[in-house]
Amino acid sequence: MHPITTVHYLALSAALLLIGTVGVLTRRNVVIILMSIELILNAVNINLIAFSHALQNVNGQIFAIFVITDAVAEAAVGLGILIALFRNKETVQADEIDLLKW
Amino acid sequence: MLTDTILFYIFALLVLGGAVLTITRHSAMHAAISLIVSLLGVAGLYLLQQAEFLFAVQIVLYVGGIMLLFLFVIMLVNLDQAAKERQFNKQWLVALVAVAAVGAQVAYFIHAGLDSFHFAAPLAAGMAAGTPAGLGNTEQIADTLFGEYLLPFEIASVLLLVAVVGSVAMAKKRI
Amino acid sequence: MNFLETIWLIPLFPLFGAALMLLFGKVLDPQPKSDVAVAPGVEPIFEHGHAHEHDHEHDHDHGHTHDHDHHHQHGHHAHSPLKFLIDLICPGMILLSFLFSAGAVWQLSQQAHRVREVIQFSWIAGLPFHMSNGHMASFQMDWGFLLDPLSSVMILVVTGIGFLIHVYSTGYMAHDGGYYRFFGYLNLFVFFMLMLVLANNYVLLFVGWEGVGLCSYLLIGFYFHKKSAADAGKKAFIVNRVGDAGFIIGMLLLLSTLGTLRFTDVNAALRSAAFTPEVAGIGTLTIVSLCLFFGATGKSAQFPLYIWLPDAMEGPTPVSALIHAATMVTAGVYMVARSSALFSLTPIALTVVAVIGAFTAILAATIALVQNDIKRVLAYSTVSQLGYMFLALGVGAYWVAVFHLFTHAFFKALLFLGSGSVIHAMSGQQDMRRMGALKDKIPLTYRTMWIGSIAIAGIPGLAGFFSKDEILWQAFSSPKGGTVLWAVGLTTAAMTAFYMWRMMYLTFYGKSRVAPEVASHVHESPVSMTGVLGVLALGSVLAGWLGVPKLWTMFGEGFRTFENWLAPMFATGAGDAVKEAVGQGVHQGAHSAFTEWTLMLTSVVVAVAGILVARYFYVDKPEIPEHIAAAVPGLYRTLYNKWYVDEIYDFLFVNGLCKGGGRLAGAFDRDVVDGGVNGAGWLTRLAATLSGWWDTWIIDGAVRLGSFIVKMLSYPVCILQTGRVQGYAFFVVIGILVFFGYYVVR
Repeated sequence: MHPITTVHYLALSAALLLIGTVGVLTRRNVVIILMSIELILNAVNINLIAFSHALQNVNGQIFAIFVITDAVAEAAVGLGILIALFRNKETVQADEIDLLKW
Repeated sequence: MLTDTILFYIFALLVLGGAVLTITRHSAMHAAISLIVSLLGVAGLYLLQQAEFLFAVQIVLYVGGIMLLFLFVIMLVNLDQAAKERQFNKQWLVALVAVAAVGAQVAYFIHAGLDSFHFAAPLAAGMAAGTPAGLGNTEQIADTLFGEYLLPFEIASVLLLVAVVGSVAMAKKRI
Repeated sequence: MNFLETIWLIPLFPLFGAALMLLFGKVLDPQPKSDVAVAPGVEPIFEHGHAHEHDHEHDHDHGHTHDHDHHHQHGHHAHSPLKFLIDLICPGMILLSFLFSAGAVWQLSQQAHRVREVIQFSWIAGLPFHMSNGHMASFQMDWGFLLDPLSSVMILVVTGIGFLIHVYSTGYMAHDGGYYRFFGYLNLFVFFMLMLVLANNYVLLFVGWEGVGLCSYLLIGFYFHKKSAADAGKKAFIVNRVGDAGFIIGMLLLLSTLGTLRFTDVNAALRSAAFTPEVAGIGTLTIVSLCLFFGATGKSAQFPLYIWLPDAMEGPTPVSALIHAATMVTAGVYMVARSSALFSLTPIALTVVAVIGAFTAILAATIALVQNDIKRVLAYSTVSQLGYMFLALGVGAYWVAVFHLFTHAFFKALLFLGSGSVIHAMSGQQDMRRMGALKDKIPLTYRTMWIGSIAIAGIPGLAGFFSKDEILWQAFSSPKGGTVLWAVGLTTAAMTAFYMWRMMYLTFYGKSRVAPEVASHVHESPVSMTGVLGVLALGSVLAGWLGVPKLWTMFGEGFRTFENWLAPMFATGAGDAVKEAVGQGVHQGAHSAFTEWTLMLTSVVVAVAGILVARYFYVDKPEIPEHIAAAVPGLYRTLYNKWYVDEIYDFLFVNGLCKGGGRLAGAFDRDVVDGGVNGAGWLTRLAATLSGWWDTWIIDGAVRLGSFIVKMLSYPVCILQTGRVQGYAFFVVIGILVFFGYYVVR
């Protein structure tokens, strides 16, 4: 069994990122899209932590803290928007919201 | 050593499994629960990387805060109708192909750069070499955060303030 | 002072006077209603009051006071107090010219070589051209004055007689409108005439030639409101112009042959041995002479271009006296005399001149026999006397022609002015049939006219006898003359005496046929007029004594000054064909003194006979003329209607030109001018249509094409904007794919 190297974490992070991207591009439900975005953010965090550990540097963790802070703020505002959207349009399907179509 | 490996794979399974479930569930509630599982897996991974503070923060903030928020909103917004409708939009195949291509490219990058991932010190459990003067993880973060990164910290707090105001404004029925 | 230096002033004085008059004259004599002259006899167009206060004083030589209170039918208008200035300026200018001329001639006579040429400035700069013999010459005309015996005679005549007539006009034209205009034109005329006679080259002479023609037109048509006067002015100018065409052709041919037009150079060239007389046939020089003579016929009223002179009597009488008796009509004679060297080389042309001169003389005399207008008689008499002058020129007796010109100026001017005085007395009546028994009513006029008529008839002792007799003798004796010419001249002399005395008898003698309302106004003319008549009468008596024939040996050479004075002008050249004849006069092999005395006596007898016959016809038995007229009605009518020459010309030229020209002009106007306008309109419409098409399709099309392209390009782009966020996110991923792809392949 190989020891777990940084590469494993990178691969894991990439996989999570791709899954999150698929979720963003594919799902119609806005809530699920937002959750996919959280997945992407977490993938980034994993990457940061892995390198922080590999380089023995605490900056990566700091950065991860800020990423989480951002994720919080973004989730809050995003959900607020979702509620406002739902109130106006009675739908949470992403491809039904095409008011800015040409 | 072995323990790390096994733990890693368990947590990785949680993470990826939860992620896949998240993006494929019809019901938003199921998706949210899956996401929580995934996030817990991530937290475990943090612990494996000796980022204890972040482990705690992840659990408390992410799972306990964000996901709770999600759950509240899911329950607030009636998604039953949405669960019955088509879940995947028209571009799902194209998106899948594109993402697969990107994945292939990333795999190629990682493969091409394998040699550069050999770092100075081998990974060891419980090691604290290279970190300043045998401080614990939390202390280190505190030192750096309130020392070198004080300004970004303050800005982040402003950001949070803005987010609070914004979400309150968005959610109000009448501004 | 040296008058020879100031020759250029001589024409300048009258020019200055003319400029003053024509530019400022209106200030000096403003008219109340119009400054149009009303011809005597024509109804005045404005009402007239009877009392006119004019207080002009004249203090020139012939000073007089206006003390006549005639109520004549001219228009009255209050004269400006400045009118006397006109009387001072214009005659004064001519007087100055006369004094300067007299001075210059006197100083010239003191010189040994009596030629004075003064070139003022180069007028037309030279352009080289090819002469007919292939050499190069330069067309250079200068503004120069030539004072030699011939031109000195002319300037004395022009300024002297001109001055007298100006003085006369101050009296005659006193109550006419346009006073300042009249004097301005008169001065202008004198200027041009002086330019003509003082010119040192043909072109400058032609300038004067044209100028006097212009002034003649202006003055004949002075009463321009009267249609007949305006027509007469036009006729004079146009007929003159026809002659001028010939003059120009002759001048240019001469230039082409000789390369120069300056008199001194021309005469020198012609008198050199380079040119031989064209006895055999018609060469270039003959054509030149004939063309120049054609111009002279126009100006000097010879056949065929004499028709304008009788009509020119529409102008005021002083004009007739000055222009059509003494000066302008003599310009042709002067020009031919000036070109004597040329004519001497062309015997054929000389013959033509003589024949035409004689023919015109007798033609005009026949017409004058039956005219009833007093001025018409004198006009035809002028034509006839001019014929005499050309006859003299044609037989080579150049100085005799100039001598006759000199004496004729005196008595013809006298006769014209006298007739003007008669007309003035008769309140505008010119028809002799309504005159009669005037000799006691206007004695001064009568006596002076008596002298003039005697002179023109050719009674010995007076001026006309000497000159006319010399002409007749030369016509007979000169190798270029002949018995026929002499006989024609004699007949004309007889007729001259007859019709002149017919005029005198009808006007002054017999029973009065004057209309009653005119008879009450008959009065003698003012001193400004009668004084001039007196001076001219004196001249008519004395002038002839300057050219006493050589036959009268009892008179010394002093009495032959005229011939001697002019002799060097007509000195013969190397190739002159008549050099033996001219100037020799009496002592020919074929002609003896006896012949000359006989001929002289014959002409005197004929003249006296003419006078007596006229007396018989018109005083003793006045019914005879009517019987004769009734006996030969055809002949009478022909003579009365001037041999229908005017009608023939009308038919041949005038109508043809008018109608043909009218049609041509109409067609031109319709097709070319209107066609042009219509065409321009059509073109404009076409241009507008094209422009509109261009604007609509091409310009607007370009603009619309631009917008169309943008719109077309926008369709693919629009497809991308779906409004769906996930689609946009997909493009982000595609972008990432591309970026990574770049790094993959690198």
